Amino acid sequence: MKRFSSTTLKTAFVKSIPIFCSYVFVSMAYGMMMASAGFPWYDSLLVSLTVYTGAFQFVLITFLSSGASLITIALTALLMNSRQSFYSITFLKEFKQMGRRKLYMIHTMTDETYAVNCTLDLPKKEKEDTMFLVALFSRCYWIVGSVLGGILGQIIPFDLTGLDFCMTALFFVIFIDQWEKAEKHTLALSPL
Amino acid sequence: MGKSREAHAGAVSALITFGLRALPFLAVSGSRKMPASLERLGRALPSAIMAVLIIYCMKDIPTGGISAAVPKLLAAAVVFITYKWKHQTLVSILLGTISYMMLLRLF
Repeated sequence: MKRFSSTTLKTAFVKSIPIFCSYVFVSMAYGMMMASAGFPWYDSLLVSLTVYTGAFQFVLITFLSSGASLITIALTALLMNSRQSFYSITFLKEFKQMGRRKLYMIHTMTDETYAVNCTLDLPKKEKEDTMFLVALFSRCYWIVGSVLGGILGQIIPFDLTGLDFCMTALFFVIFIDQWEKAEKHTLALSPL
Repeated sequence: MGKSREAHAGAVSALITFGLRALPFLAVSGSRKMPASLERLGRALPSAIMAVLIIYCMKDIPTGGISAAVPKLLAAAVVFITYKWKHQTLVSILLGTISYMMLLRLF
């Protein structure tokens, strides 16, 4: 961690606090749902490590336990995650200049890290470091939450009916955010 | 369902997700400029997809009767109102989910 200044570390952590709150909660719910579908915590860890995309991981639980075909899984992954292609468009230039970190930045592009990294207004070096740390921290929150939820879900047999609503709630919140942003766009562009 | 099928499902999901995130880097290589129409689409698509996801989550309302519809609609209202009021993601998700889980057991 020596190559990051303490200011950068602090900025990245503060910026990632909202992500911390939503990720730990949602990923714990994910781990618990995996456990209640009969998957041990290390399966949750593996999926969170490799797939790392909120909403689709929940859908994947249903697919895994219902034995859906690979085609169904592939098509749904395509449809649900295609929005993230457009997130990358925003950061085409920045990520290209980040050398070895580029692939990691692409892998860790989620709705939340995208939103937070869009708000950074810093000089080039600090911005790159902060974006990287926000991505790294967020991924850690998600992974730790998945494992915790998986372990808790295996120990304590919760009645989890309805817990999956947190995903619906997250979609609502993101939608409201996007709606509000879009209104501002229209207003800002209307004089043209 | 066997372990290898699960592993395949996971691998397919991981590859497609990464591929989609990397797609623009492959498509727009070098100094080629982004077409303006693609940029506009990039701005419009996320909210359209979010709306589709919300509808997907609400799909059991028309067929599930009162016991399915009332908890979902009320919990959605809780999320909407609290989020419009405080703009706190976690608070709205927490309140919405708690009310949904309680309402499910009432209706």
